[in-house]
Amino acid sequence: MFDKYILVDGSLRSTADGFSFDVMLGYYRGLGLSMIEDLVVSVDGQAVPRDAILFDEGKGPIALCDMEHAYDRRWPFGSKATIMVQCPQPLAAGDHHLSLKEVLRISYLPFPLVAEDSKTLTLAPTLAA
Amino acid sequence: MTSKIKRGVSLYSFQEEMFLGQMTVDDCVAFAASIGAKGIEILPEQNMPAFPNISDHDIAAWQEMMARHGAELTCYDMFLDTKIRKDRLMTDDEQVASIRRDLLLCNRLGIRNMRVLVFVRPDILERCVPYAEELDVHMGVEVHAPWHMDHAWILRTVEVADRLGTRHLGLLPDMGIFMKHYPPVFRDRFIRQGARPEVVEFILDQHEQKIMAEYVIYEVAVKMKGNKAEVAMAETLRHHPYANPRRIRDYIPYFRHIQAKFYEMDADCTDPTHAYEEVINELVAGGWEGYLSSEYEGNRWVQDVQPVDSREQVRRQHIMFEQLIAKAEARSAADAVG
Repeated sequence: MFDKYILVDGSLRSTADGFSFDVMLGYYRGLGLSMIEDLVVSVDGQAVPRDAILFDEGKGPIALCDMEHAYDRRWPFGSKATIMVQCPQPLAAGDHHLSLKEVLRISYLPFPLVAEDSKTLTLAPTLAA
Repeated sequence: MTSKIKRGVSLYSFQEEMFLGQMTVDDCVAFAASIGAKGIEILPEQNMPAFPNISDHDIAAWQEMMARHGAELTCYDMFLDTKIRKDRLMTDDEQVASIRRDLLLCNRLGIRNMRVLVFVRPDILERCVPYAEELDVHMGVEVHAPWHMDHAWILRTVEVADRLGTRHLGLLPDMGIFMKHYPPVFRDRFIRQGARPEVVEFILDQHEQKIMAEYVIYEVAVKMKGNKAEVAMAETLRHHPYANPRRIRDYIPYFRHIQAKFYEMDADCTDPTHAYEEVINELVAGGWEGYLSSEYEGNRWVQDVQPVDSREQVRRQHIMFEQLIAKAEARSAADAVG
């Protein structure tokens, strides 16, 4: 229902140990983090392993693997969260093709709801310190 | 005869603009009030970022907003996260506790109708009836397509309400059950996704003839070797049957609020899809009292090619409501004289 808006333009950044980008929840209401079954990320066609992904809806980074037990945290409707990817090789400045699949456990649906988006985001060059 | 049908809007209608940060809840309420839709239906899990921890200050802010716009809260759309845990379903006790939490919040907001998701088990709702009675909230099970008023699952809730003799458990019809004609916005989106004109025409024709979905899906998927968009279009028939509008009058004692689903209003303020005229005639003739609460769900069908204008869509639906209610009242008055 909101797939095309999931990856936030202009949000790709380098981090100390990888990169991060901002995302929206592709659903018409907020959802508890324990019901986000999976966040499947790929960058430039390469799948990112689950254990390299951290998520932050505003309450601090949480490992994707720990989200299924986060019963007291919610990702509100229409608000940005950040996905942080740890990777050994820093991303080069320039365009990168990102894709994200959000697999959501919606109680009233007999199947998981999948929201997905893919976009080219640009990583700005960083100034040498 | 003047009917007691009132006009309102569910904030669900403005999901596109709210999601994109183009409209706040206050903007939505102001707009609704400006077109005379004074009843506001809310989805706390959409419209209250702090849900479920709602402070008295938050409640006061909502009530002040309603007063400022001359509006009132009409309905609370609940959810029930039976699958909150990955390893098991909620127990029955946990489900009852979750619904009670919503009933309490509904009552704190001064709302007397709660939309219950259709999948909630009737025996769980039976256990919640004492709380609903104490808090004076009507739990209306959403009659959402492909269910309909006479569906066996829906009749289980009616049976519980009858057996308990309660006025706090019943139904809440979603007008999507009265989809008489195939929505042009669905058709056009499937064409953009690659559905071929001859297959599209076939599906539209089958839908007009009210052919059972399974026959159409088999024809399209197997005999016509339909592509992904064509099969998906045929499969929409499974979820959108056309229920008989005349049956709604029989259920009037069980519902106090209506979700007025629509996907698109034409420029002349007609709905090309749903049988609103037939339904409103029945509601007026049956003396139903409550809100017709707009539920615009067309955004997801057009957002790939055009900006969504939920306000204009809702505005047109309300012009249609005014016209159809007046027409039904005149007809009802003529019947009374004649």
